[in-house]
Amino acid sequence: MTDRTVPAEGPTDREHDTPVGTDDRDMRNPAAAPEPPGTAAAPEPSRPPAAAEEPAKPHRVADHTSPQPGHEAAGERAGSAPAPRLAGSSAGRPPKGGRPPKGHSGSPRSRGGWTPWLYLAPALVVLGGLLVYPIYQLGLISFLEYTQAQVSGGQPTTFQGFGNYAELFGDPEFWQVLLATVLFAAACVVSTLAVGCALAVLLTRVRALPRLALMLAALGAWATPAITGSTVWLFLFDPDFGPVNRMLGLGDHSWTYGRFSAFFLVLLEVVWCSFPFVMVTVYAGIRAVPTEVLEAAALDGASQWRIWRSVLTPMLRPILTVVTIQSVIWDFKVFTQIYVMTNGGGIAGQNLVLNVYAYQKAFASSEYSLGSAIGVVMLLILLAITLIYLRLLRRQGEEL
Amino acid sequence: MSSLSSDRPKVTARRFVRRPWRLAAEASALLIAVVVAFPLYWMVLSAFKPAGEIESTEARPWTLSPTLDSFRRVFEQQEFGRYFVNSLVVAGSVVVVSALIAFLAATAVTRFRFRFRTTLLIMFLVAQMVPVEALTIPLFFLMRDFGQLNTLGSLILPHIAFSLPFAIWMLRGFVKAVPEALEEAAYLDGASRTRFMWQILFPLVFPGLVATSVFSFISAWNDFLFAKSFIISDTSQSTLPMALLVFYKPDDPDWGGVMAASTVMTIPVLIFFVLVQRRLVSGLGGAVKD
Repeated sequence: MTDRTVPAEGPTDREHDTPVGTDDRDMRNPAAAPEPPGTAAAPEPSRPPAAAEEPAKPHRVADHTSPQPGHEAAGERAGSAPAPRLAGSSAGRPPKGGRPPKGHSGSPRSRGGWTPWLYLAPALVVLGGLLVYPIYQLGLISFLEYTQAQVSGGQPTTFQGFGNYAELFGDPEFWQVLLATVLFAAACVVSTLAVGCALAVLLTRVRALPRLALMLAALGAWATPAITGSTVWLFLFDPDFGPVNRMLGLGDHSWTYGRFSAFFLVLLEVVWCSFPFVMVTVYAGIRAVPTEVLEAAALDGASQWRIWRSVLTPMLRPILTVVTIQSVIWDFKVFTQIYVMTNGGGIAGQNLVLNVYAYQKAFASSEYSLGSAIGVVMLLILLAITLIYLRLLRRQGEEL
Repeated sequence: MSSLSSDRPKVTARRFVRRPWRLAAEASALLIAVVVAFPLYWMVLSAFKPAGEIESTEARPWTLSPTLDSFRRVFEQQEFGRYFVNSLVVAGSVVVVSALIAFLAATAVTRFRFRFRTTLLIMFLVAQMVPVEALTIPLFFLMRDFGQLNTLGSLILPHIAFSLPFAIWMLRGFVKAVPEALEEAAYLDGASRTRFMWQILFPLVFPGLVATSVFSFISAWNDFLFAKSFIISDTSQSTLPMALLVFYKPDDPDWGGVMAASTVMTIPVLIFFVLVQRRLVSGLGGAVKD
């Protein structure tokens, strides 16, 4: 639901600041030249003055070894994006943990006494009341006997210890749903990343018009609410009136009847609405790589493939980490799509994932404590993923 | 290709080899754009199709007799207009309140050094990962205890909380981008901290606030689970997603109505997206130039 709207950084700004960016690579900004040179590594032959070409060369040598200011600025502008570092990222890393040394990033930050806490107070109150406290409640309910009888006050709540968990883990359906959730999320993540990265690369290889078309289409898919996306995709694949079955000549084949085809249909929708984030972010990341580095590699005789493998991929690693983890987290939590497209979990619950399972347990069967226990399991899994994410961020020297 | 006579034969040769590849890449980019845009096109198209054409087995990708029937049906039945307003109220309140709170918090964590600052930041990051859906159960009881069930407040409050961590995290970058020199200059000129905050920092960060708010807007606007769980008996407090599902009965969906309602629901988000992006560019340009 809220899923794909919560990326770790502001991709919208990057998407948009690329066209106006000052560090535009010539071959990627074909609008500037009437006869655009199209290849990535070719030193633009159609650019007229040799004068512009010559003084640039010593620069390249210098830039090759030291991070260039324009590049850092590009990273800074992109919000909190981990800027792709140049050579020696591990050497020049700021000390991790604790507070950064004084005067870091040139700030005369004041200690301010109580002022920061004053500013933080509203946020902390809201988060404490509506996030931390519910998490505590969730944990608490999962240890209680809490069904309709207790909710209506007819019976006292009793402490169950790990009873609910024992019941949950003893239920083969839970394990089946857990497995389905993990496999489904994995399939979604892999497909989203593959499509997003492939299209990001494609974007760097085309001129402005096709790029604009693809960008606009992707933005449209991105902006579509999960629920309307779900109904539209259902309609597209409708056995009676949908265009897809007509085009493929499938007659009145029902996509939501079979377990795998229903999951596949949901996967298509999820990929459709979440690949734009990956595409835009990775594309911005590729554009942020200074031309000089690529040119230097090309001058050193590296092949295209080699440049990709040994230069671009390492530089894009921080961004790839972010989009991977974000995708994992969103796809693990898919709710609306499954709920709407398979009508609450599919025939006989064949398409349940953890989220929908917890919801059904709690609100359809009034087994609030079992639903909470499932919620706690989800929370723990996502917490584990988050910790991995934090470790990766720290290893890459992201400053907090 | 006027530059063929250039004295770089190797490069030009290379361009020749590459040209078909680029054309192929551009063709596939256009094709993919069409495929990606197709669901949206189909949604709008079906919203305008007369009922007879939607319920036909031919599924033509155009219509010769566009009609507003489906929209009329949507707006006449089910108090759709009211749901639309409800959705706007929820999303609007979430955007404004969470933007203000996030601005204060982001200023605190970027402009001050204090104990537990890093810990707090990590907590904000972790909070983004919390599965909102799992908290529906405790939130349901919380709302019930505060008598908020069946009110728009039960939708607004949780969304403020859930959009905050990300908003703070994202705004941090924007607040950081405002040069510290400005702050010093303001103090030298005798401005108080509050004055600096609201008269200098706030306008500068405003584009960032707008950009951040697009995410809170979308999460509140799209919300389906809370609307379904917390608005149980008083349908006058329903929001758009629930209204949309009225037309979607799994056995016999009114596809024309569903598509028209979907179109109505999607368009504000699209508009917001477009508006925000323009704001963002101009704002960033101004902020960075300094």
